[in-house]
Amino acid sequence: MNILVFVKRVPDTESKIRINPETNAVVEEGLNFVLSPYDEYAMEEALRIREAKGGKVTAVTVGREESLVILRKCLAMGADEAVLIKDYLPEAYDGLRTARVIARFVQKRNPDYGLLLFGKQSVGADNGQVPSMVAEFLGLPQANVVVKLEVEEAAGAAYREIEGAQEKVDFPLPAVISAQKGLNEPRYETLKGIMMAKKKEIPTISIEELGLNPEELAPQIEITGMEMPPARQAGRVVTGPPEETAKQLAGFLHNEAKMI
Amino acid sequence: MILTYLELRDGKIKKASLEALSEGKRKAAELNKQLAAVILGVGKGGLAPEIFAYGASQVYFLENPAFKQYSTQDYAFGLAELAKKINPEIIFFAATALGRDLAPRLAAKLGVSLASDCTKVLVRQGRVEFTRPIFAGKALLSFTLKASPKIATLRPNVFPLAEATAVQGDVIRESVSLPEGLPRGRVAEILEERGGELDVSEADVIISGGRGMKAPENFELLRQLSGLIPHSAVGASRSAVDSGWIGHQHQVGQTGKTVSPNLYLAFGISGAIQHLAGMSSSKVIVAVNKDPDAPIFKVADFGVVGDLFQVIPPLKEELKKVLA
Repeated sequence: MNILVFVKRVPDTESKIRINPETNAVVEEGLNFVLSPYDEYAMEEALRIREAKGGKVTAVTVGREESLVILRKCLAMGADEAVLIKDYLPEAYDGLRTARVIARFVQKRNPDYGLLLFGKQSVGADNGQVPSMVAEFLGLPQANVVVKLEVEEAAGAAYREIEGAQEKVDFPLPAVISAQKGLNEPRYETLKGIMMAKKKEIPTISIEELGLNPEELAPQIEITGMEMPPARQAGRVVTGPPEETAKQLAGFLHNEAKMI
Repeated sequence: MILTYLELRDGKIKKASLEALSEGKRKAAELNKQLAAVILGVGKGGLAPEIFAYGASQVYFLENPAFKQYSTQDYAFGLAELAKKINPEIIFFAATALGRDLAPRLAAKLGVSLASDCTKVLVRQGRVEFTRPIFAGKALLSFTLKASPKIATLRPNVFPLAEATAVQGDVIRESVSLPEGLPRGRVAEILEERGGELDVSEADVIISGGRGMKAPENFELLRQLSGLIPHSAVGASRSAVDSGWIGHQHQVGQTGKTVSPNLYLAFGISGAIQHLAGMSSSKVIVAVNKDPDAPIFKVADFGVVGDLFQVIPPLKEELKKVLA
């Protein structure tokens, strides 16, 4: 089975985010960029399916030249191929635009696939829109936030996280799946994998080559502001014998905060 | 018109959907529009009075036997047909597991962008501005949507419920015929964990444990506290989850859930940046930690420097007293 895994380059979760108020954008300088954590689960799942059933795993990203680094990581993990769809825009926070690009890429360049795998959201934009939108554009079934996946020749079952429970979704293939933490334990790259990934050529396609018209590529989101969340003030801190502090805490919750 | 999609679980409208309906009511008043609601299912007409009470003047019941089991594609199809017919300016969803799955599919079907997981919706000079946390809450992004309908999912526990009043409205029942032969996914089964316990994203109170909990069995202490406090859920930091002490569905923070409960109680959580991002919008934060320099104290409204294993037992007794 051929599997396409869609990945994104994001600042790591340790990052302190700074904002440029003039451009309403995140300051990239000083940030450490990584493969988005949920995409690692998607990559790992693709590799496991290939190991069990054969086929080919291709990692794909939409982004600027800098995103080659995460494609190399995917290759080092074990992807057979990688493709960079070169975009000229910085982060637009518009899932629809990205989904259009991806759907067109799949139709034009990779029509033979069994699964399209994504992380459930990119860490950062936190939109969680692109998998469902790609599924719609391609007329495919979808299962998002998946913590367990079973794939047969022509169908599959995905267990997805809902509030306080899991939902089992049955679907025919091909399908779109987005990965949640818990789906698997992603492997580390091996030294051999890293060496091979360095030598591998990564083909690049420009967005224009996909034949999308300018209206389809214009973001439909107009950013009006970006700011830091309101800062919290540190409150009262107490020390002392546990019976005393427990009593003070209960008093705070009941009398002051009126929460209990 | 503003349309709100209402999600049902066990035959009842989810609280998060009523919050979205309430925000619909407020925006409808500001924009001088009508408020409508839509439910997918069969024989749900009995819910109409509750929906009118929250301010909707119309409620659409879209019916098809297939709607009994959730299928993203069928639900999106039904909603898209309705949207094309009634042309709402805004469609609100609750940002629940279902809303986050369904809204982007509908948006793509209608060819519009989507505002995900919003925490604020403002009307400025007639324009609707959406605000949503990015980087799990490390920053806030505000934007407008150029196309119509403007579809948004609203984060649970953020938008206050409107006061319910007894009013009347129109019930519009429509049967939907679904396209045949499409490859579609469908929910086959729902597997409830621990008797359907409350999810951290929906709880009014979250009682969270971190590395300081030391062992999986100690989370029982937090479950006992949760048993005392109504509408509470047990949460965890990434290090507790990655140590295998508790399931990842309990994880709060970046790579977990971003939450905004009324009260967040942090036990043995130092306050790593990923964790703080995910819970700093809680209304009240309380922390118990041995380390007086733990970063969690910088965001806590009330902090106890002490050993959680010594603080929890007397705290339980004190809470029993005030809850009695």
